[in-house]
Amino acid sequence: MRYLDEYRAGDVCKRIADAIARTTTRTWVLMEVCGGQTHSIVRYGIDRMLPSSVELVHGPGCPVCVTSLEMIDRAHAIATMPDVVFTSFGDMLRVPGSRGDLLTLRSRGADVRIVYSPLDALEIARKNPDKRVVFFGIGFETTAPANAMAVHLAKREGVSNFSMLVSHVLVPPAMAAILQTKGNRVQAFLGPGHVCAVMGLGDYEVLSQRYRVPIVVTGFEPVDLLEGVLCCVRQLEQGRAEVENQYSRTVAHGGNRAARELTAKVFDVVDRKWRGVGTIPRSGYRLAPEYSAHDAERLFDVDTIVTEESAACISGLVLRGLKKPRDCPAFGKACTPQTPLGATMVSGEGACAAYYQYGRHPGATLDKPVAMGEDDVL
Amino acid sequence: MSSEPTTSAQEVLAAALLALECPVPFAGADEVLMGHGSGGKLTARLIEETIVPALHNPLLARLDDQAFVPVGSGHVAFTTDSFVVTPIEFPGGDIGELAVNGTVNDLAMGGATPLYLSLAFILEEGLPLAVLRRILASVRRAADRANVVVVTGDTKVVGRGSADKIFVNTAGIGAPRPGVRLSSDRVRPGDAILLSGSIGDHGMAILALREGLELEGSLASDTAPLHGLVAAMLDAFPDIHAMRDPTRGGLAATLVEIASRRGLGIEVDESSVPVREAVRGACEIFGLDPLLVANEGKLVAFVPAEGRDAVLASMRAHPFGRDAVCIGHVTSSHPGLTLLRTPIGGQRALDLPFAEALPRIC
Amino acid sequence: MCLGIPGEVMEISEEDGVLTGKVRFGGVSREVCLACVPDVVVGDYVLVHVGFALTKIDAEEAARTYEILLELAGAEEGLS
Repeated sequence: MRYLDEYRAGDVCKRIADAIARTTTRTWVLMEVCGGQTHSIVRYGIDRMLPSSVELVHGPGCPVCVTSLEMIDRAHAIATMPDVVFTSFGDMLRVPGSRGDLLTLRSRGADVRIVYSPLDALEIARKNPDKRVVFFGIGFETTAPANAMAVHLAKREGVSNFSMLVSHVLVPPAMAAILQTKGNRVQAFLGPGHVCAVMGLGDYEVLSQRYRVPIVVTGFEPVDLLEGVLCCVRQLEQGRAEVENQYSRTVAHGGNRAARELTAKVFDVVDRKWRGVGTIPRSGYRLAPEYSAHDAERLFDVDTIVTEESAACISGLVLRGLKKPRDCPAFGKACTPQTPLGATMVSGEGACAAYYQYGRHPGATLDKPVAMGEDDVL
Repeated sequence: MSSEPTTSAQEVLAAALLALECPVPFAGADEVLMGHGSGGKLTARLIEETIVPALHNPLLARLDDQAFVPVGSGHVAFTTDSFVVTPIEFPGGDIGELAVNGTVNDLAMGGATPLYLSLAFILEEGLPLAVLRRILASVRRAADRANVVVVTGDTKVVGRGSADKIFVNTAGIGAPRPGVRLSSDRVRPGDAILLSGSIGDHGMAILALREGLELEGSLASDTAPLHGLVAAMLDAFPDIHAMRDPTRGGLAATLVEIASRRGLGIEVDESSVPVREAVRGACEIFGLDPLLVANEGKLVAFVPAEGRDAVLASMRAHPFGRDAVCIGHVTSSHPGLTLLRTPIGGQRALDLPFAEALPRIC
Repeated sequence: MCLGIPGEVMEISEEDGVLTGKVRFGGVSREVCLACVPDVVVGDYVLVHVGFALTKIDAEEAARTYEILLELAGAEEGLS
């Protein structure tokens, strides 16, 4: 597949990994922002290819991890209402709320459906006029244009039974919050490639200058990620702090203006609460007043939500890179992917889940590969 | 990169066993969930914590795909399988063909020659008879092709909404092959792991149909009866240790289950695992790992090293094994852990997902 | 928040004033909303996320940066 295969070439990856090892003279802490980047890192074993001097901290770039508990409980409450078809991306189905998750609600009779695209949810609404079809509109700026289009079309066509429960979060305020946290260890960022494809680089140039951190806007394939790490490390070694665009085949400096205009028409920027982190000002989207007829938050009268976050869960500290999953007393015991206490264990990209897959074997870590056997008959 | 071992064998084994027997109850585990049918950890837990203890006997305890039971003066291979796939007709086959091949293959994985099937239907009120006739015609064709006979059956009807069009169960009996014992407890360090062909075809064909992906004629279920292939492999080398057909849960489920149950290490070269282009494209769109996707016409064999080349040649000579390949081996290192060498030369541990892998956007 | 993959635009049409197209990914294709890449033509590659094209992939930029990458990584031997 073009534009994928060449970015998964093993020999190129090895060369870049070697270049990284040659370049580092001391330890550096980098954070990749996007959950998709984390997924790729774990899937290809990239962190185990890096020299031990480069530490990758998994960032809060995954809607599963950061959607507030109140919002999840609200989604669950709506899903159980009569005549509601609750549609969602697959990622959210197993996120625990205060009481269970969407899948358990489905087992008890709620009509919960996975969709690949918000436009598919709109189609379900067109085909089921007697149902109230709600779409769980989570995501970063990447998903906002598609969600905006769904709401825009719903309004234009008068699909009155379609509404969206919006829980978008924005990356730059989250990065600022991480950089402002006392004890922050992150020295450089692999910037969110697909967010930037929409939003452009401007906000990141501001961040880079204000906090004097290198930000390398990076793609998602192994070659991209390794090149992103190499560029970060070079900047750090040279004492530079700039925005670089590693992913320029997809990201233009100005992003995609048509996408941003559509987003700005349908959404307003608001304060948002991030699970495990707290409220970050102007870090989320909400439907603009003209679209209130399709705003599930306004349409559905949900009783006051009483949320119960696990007292043991430290996912907020993990998301900000202040603690490692193994620092958590519940890790691997009360908290496992089967019995998650917090979102970072539910999500495949969550730092805790990633560590669990590898790290529950005592002694094995995410930095070093496990020795492979000698009886190789290949 | 460091190359010394980072953990003791006992510790890793202990951790792997612990992962299988987590004592903390799952919130909501007092109901059946879709995940219980996924072939992942939830399924394993349902079987081991709820089903086996209730029925518990030495023949069941093996938990192979089939049971060899003493009857009269000999033995008979016996198995059953149920089919609830939606949609019931799809490129490459339908639920009827699946029902025949699935049970034939469960018998074949034990080296047995499939002989007779039972066929039971649960039909939803309102199902068009034309559809039922098509399914039955498929069953007939698949049975003839597999050289088995449907000798008994049952039909029930439930009210509209109480079944999804049609549920099928088949049970099968077969004749054990003399001198052959295929069982996971024979798997040993040094065994080569052979895979008969491309993975992910069936599961992605189903998902693509459900999600409205255009198939361009190239995504189709791989459902096939494998006992002929198995017979050819055993002719070439009778001392094959074990075979499995990686259905729900995918190739990953099969490998992880054997590694953790046997306390052995498995190493696989991910690049060697064949995946068709259309399957790859569909997996990329939905963010799914082909290793976790169901197959209905493939097998994995654990073969002593000295038999590897002969078995591989016999597979490639057979229509259902043309793309057969050696994907890895069993090892005494890292017991209980299944490791993949990734396509870029990195490393990751393979594990069962908790329940079915869901399409993702993140 | 990020699963986006490149696909080739095979057909373009308009439905109710919204630009849509058939995009191919390896051996499968799917309908994709092209509203935010209005200047796209058949044969272009687009980056698709949740059934929505976010940008066009710049083929020249891709070739140029891949060359630079190989140099950056010290691949003087020349990869073909």
